[in-house]
Amino acid sequence: MADELLNLTCKQLRDKIAAGAVKSTAVVEAVLAQIADIDDTIGAYISTFNKHALETAEAVDEKIAAGESMGALAGVPVAIKDNMCTDLGATTCASRILENFQAPYNAHVVEKLLAADAVIIGKTNLDEFAMGSSTENSGLKRTVNPWDMERVPGGSSGGSAAAVAARMCFAALGSDTGGSIRQPAGFCGVVGLKPTYGRVSRFGLVAYGSSLDQIGPVTRDVADAALMMNVIAGRDKRDSTSVSEEMAPVCDYLEKLDEDVKGLKIAVASGFNAGADEHIRNALASALDIYKNLGAQIVEVKMPHLDYAIAAYYLIATAEASSNLARYDGVHYGHRTESPADYIEVYSKSRAEGFGAEVKRRIMLGTYALSSGYYDAYYLKALKVRNLIRKDFTNVFEKADCIIMPTSPTTAFKLGEKIEDPLQMYLTDIYTLAANLAGVPAISIPCGFDADNLPIGLQILSPAFTEEKLLRIARMFESKTNYHTHRPKPAEHTK
Amino acid sequence: MSELEYKLVVGLEIHVHLATRTKLFCGCELVYGGEANSRVCPVCIGMPGVLPVMNAQAYEFAVLTALALNCKIANFTKWDRKSYYYPDLPKNYQISQYDLPLGEAGYIEIPLETGRTKKIRIIRVHLEEDAGKNTHTLGNFSAVDLNRAGTPLLEIVTEPDMNSPEEVRALAVELQRIVRYLGVSDADMQKGHMRFEPNINLTITKAGSEHKTPIVEVKNLNSFRAVEKSVAFEVQRQLDEFAETGLTMASGNKSTRGWDDENEVTILQREKEEAHDYRYFPDPDLVPVEIDAEWLDEIKLRLCELPIEMQKRFVTEYKLSDYDAGVLTGDRFTAEFFDTAVKAGADAKRVCNLLTQTGMKLANEAGCNVADLGISAEDLSKLAKMTDAGDISATASAAIFEEMVKTKKAPDVIASELNLLQKSDAGELEAVVDEVLAANPDAVADATSGGKKTKKARGFLLGQVMQKTKGQANPKIVSQILDKKLS
Amino acid sequence: MAKKLDESQVRHVAKLARLDLTDDEVARFSGQLSAILGYVEKLNELDTDSVEPLAHCLPIHNIFREDVVTESLDTESALKNAPQRIDSFFKVPKILEDDSGE
Ligand SMILES: [Mg+2]
Ligand SMILES: [Zn+2]
Repeated sequence: MADELLNLTCKQLRDKIAAGAVKSTAVVEAVLAQIADIDDTIGAYISTFNKHALETAEAVDEKIAAGESMGALAGVPVAIKDNMCTDLGATTCASRILENFQAPYNAHVVEKLLAADAVIIGKTNLDEFAMGSSTENSGLKRTVNPWDMERVPGGSSGGSAAAVAARMCFAALGSDTGGSIRQPAGFCGVVGLKPTYGRVSRFGLVAYGSSLDQIGPVTRDVADAALMMNVIAGRDKRDSTSVSEEMAPVCDYLEKLDEDVKGLKIAVASGFNAGADEHIRNALASALDIYKNLGAQIVEVKMPHLDYAIAAYYLIATAEASSNLARYDGVHYGHRTESPADYIEVYSKSRAEGFGAEVKRRIMLGTYALSSGYYDAYYLKALKVRNLIRKDFTNVFEKADCIIMPTSPTTAFKLGEKIEDPLQMYLTDIYTLAANLAGVPAISIPCGFDADNLPIGLQILSPAFTEEKLLRIARMFESKTNYHTHRPKPAEHTK
Repeated sequence: MSELEYKLVVGLEIHVHLATRTKLFCGCELVYGGEANSRVCPVCIGMPGVLPVMNAQAYEFAVLTALALNCKIANFTKWDRKSYYYPDLPKNYQISQYDLPLGEAGYIEIPLETGRTKKIRIIRVHLEEDAGKNTHTLGNFSAVDLNRAGTPLLEIVTEPDMNSPEEVRALAVELQRIVRYLGVSDADMQKGHMRFEPNINLTITKAGSEHKTPIVEVKNLNSFRAVEKSVAFEVQRQLDEFAETGLTMASGNKSTRGWDDENEVTILQREKEEAHDYRYFPDPDLVPVEIDAEWLDEIKLRLCELPIEMQKRFVTEYKLSDYDAGVLTGDRFTAEFFDTAVKAGADAKRVCNLLTQTGMKLANEAGCNVADLGISAEDLSKLAKMTDAGDISATASAAIFEEMVKTKKAPDVIASELNLLQKSDAGELEAVVDEVLAANPDAVADATSGGKKTKKARGFLLGQVMQKTKGQANPKIVSQILDKKLS
Repeated sequence: MAKKLDESQVRHVAKLARLDLTDDEVARFSGQLSAILGYVEKLNELDTDSVEPLAHCLPIHNIFREDVVTESLDTESALKNAPQRIDSFFKVPKILEDDSGE
């Protein structure tokens, strides 16, 4: 019974709760039991809000019993990545420097979830400050892939993806700066959507690369991604980069979800996918066949600057990060070194003790890229290449509705496999970074499994502010396949 | 050693607090004083995840000031982050404008000694956020208050066009006058609303060749006196240093000095180990600002006549002395009050005297501006006209002014109530004059003699008439009657 | 081959970034960052002389708020996370008066 319950999608669960068929309290208890059962092994959560969750669920149940109208996620347990501030508990960013930080406010998306009567179960693990592609850079704990405990869940939203895949919540929020929602979603066999830059308010999201960061949903199917977008999308006047209704109206992403996109034109960047593993290329080809059978036309396009995305991204993101992370200095909040010799040491020692290796590395790289004498050669050059990459997208979107490519060149890799070689780790982001540089939305959906039964992600990218269409395109594939219904069996491993 | 010939060269960097209600990037109220860290929020503490949002009023105030400083207004600007670590700077970067300041290439005209003015070129005007405040006087630790952090700060940088301590001071004072006229800043020095940083060096002529001394920047001066004194001090110090070391300006030998107000000396500040590297880059959390013609016109409507222009106009149009014009244009309300009174038909010098001699004394006592004494410019004008017409004496006008402030009654009403109206009825006065002439034949003889006693005797006779009328006779009319009778 | 970022440069950058690195970290970062910078060199294959830098993806400007007061935190909440405080101030070791502050 509990297992059946945990397998429901958000949409199914919400409808059952609203109809009084299932009590939110029962669901929350089942989720907490599942966490108690398997999270010692998976390590998806940094913290859980058991009391808050049960109280919220009780309140929802009472209101439903009283016939009150409820929000779009009434009673549904969701998780949020621990780089979004809540006043429910600590916001750590999986960093020792913020281990005890209690935000006195809620992120915009948290307010939205609460207003939709969602039950916030807890906060998920990530690469420290969202810097990484495997969640191995967490300063607080290790998360493994529910499909294979020896492998990484992807990152940086690895905790969110693992929690959704392993039925420790029904949906989660992640953040995506260079693929941090899509890649772990791909590795964990779930759906991950990075919305258009500006679609979802970043207020309360702890910044990594501010011009690239975007919050989005990690869910079990496309409909749930649409449902989550209905809750979190929209203008927030506290974020100057969240766009207005006039410029890009938010729509009901569920309304026409099951309507096929007629005359769909799909672009494939010629040559660009060659670097992916064979299993992945095969899965991509099958996926394109499915779309062809649905009447879509596939067009080969040239995107000559995609090959430069990694280089441009790691300069821009780290430059912004070096500045964004300057505030963690042990003065106003966060970790402070034990006995500093002077106030300079409050900075240099607190930061040295509080940050992990990858964060330090990126701060160093970004500081260097902005420093006097190197700015033009690195940072400015990267911004120019970013423009070229965006133009590649603009050109393609004149000819096609979307672009399809793999989410990652490989399926989930082994824990520890790439951690000693940061450059090799960066290169795994080859397919995801460009969407962030161009600001366009992109989704990863399950499209198969490799020989080791590891999930493969299919990535679809579309023009800015066309999430509605993007979700419909994704749904077309999903409705003809059942990859998204497969689930890992982590419990068997633990017992 | 013989006296060296030198020329002082000073450029000034000025920071001015803008008088918005809230901070530049958050809604915390700007209030001076109060408990430490009581006007702060997650944004101005720089907590994780928060984002800045621009204050429209601050931007408009900044543009307004740049316009008044004759700057070219950039139609496209953006925000940049300037990185440096300091405990009063919570994010460890300051949001500022780097390569695209909102105003550039302007000038400010400053008044110098009697009637002379000088144009000092402005390099740039930009907007940025202020830091908080560190207090160091507490033993082996410092205390940080972030109430001030995020206050909108206008930075104005001049070309090195000033050549004396007095000119530097004059610029500082003139700028205060301008921002107060515009209403963009209270410019209260006591509250740290204006801070000055002069860059000072000398061009010394020695044995026919010129030598430039190393530039010294004096940090954080917050009074006009300190500005003037520190520059004067640096002149002597740099002269002495040059005589002693012969050191001249070279790249990297600019130094920073602090001002010791008590001992009136500048003190060398500790040099940082590494050179400044602010790593400016565009702030991704904020979007650019574009000012179109329509918006600019809207802001231009809020410009007023600048104090220096008003001062010059008062001299040329109203024939006031430069000194009087300077006093009257010290603040906009006084100047406009004066101007309105004059435009209502009164004599400028008369209104000036009333305001500077009586009005300002009363305003001072009341702790307000003359424009806020509760009397209208029209009534002031009427009072001046009555005085000029001889309806009341100059002495009486002061008393009436005071009474106007007290009772808010019109000057003519007060004059008649207090019986201060002068007698101007020629027939009535003629009778008195006749009486006096009859009673003083000797004086009449002297007055008509044409000799050297004439003037004195005439004065005596006038005095007698005034005495007889208990001072209420209009001396002008009496004088005319005397002229007629004694001719 | 000379490293793109030698150890003395690493130390300089670490100072700018206020990171007190161990010798071991300095050596490691010198190698790793040099490798990354070497990879990044590939950007130079592209002629970008006539390309505008793109700092913002969104074509938006002039996002302002009205000059209206919103509630501040109470002082206790503001200082709740402070590692050290004195009365209602944040407390740090004595700051030497230098020209770090602008
Ligand atoms: Mg400045
Ligand atoms: Zn604030």
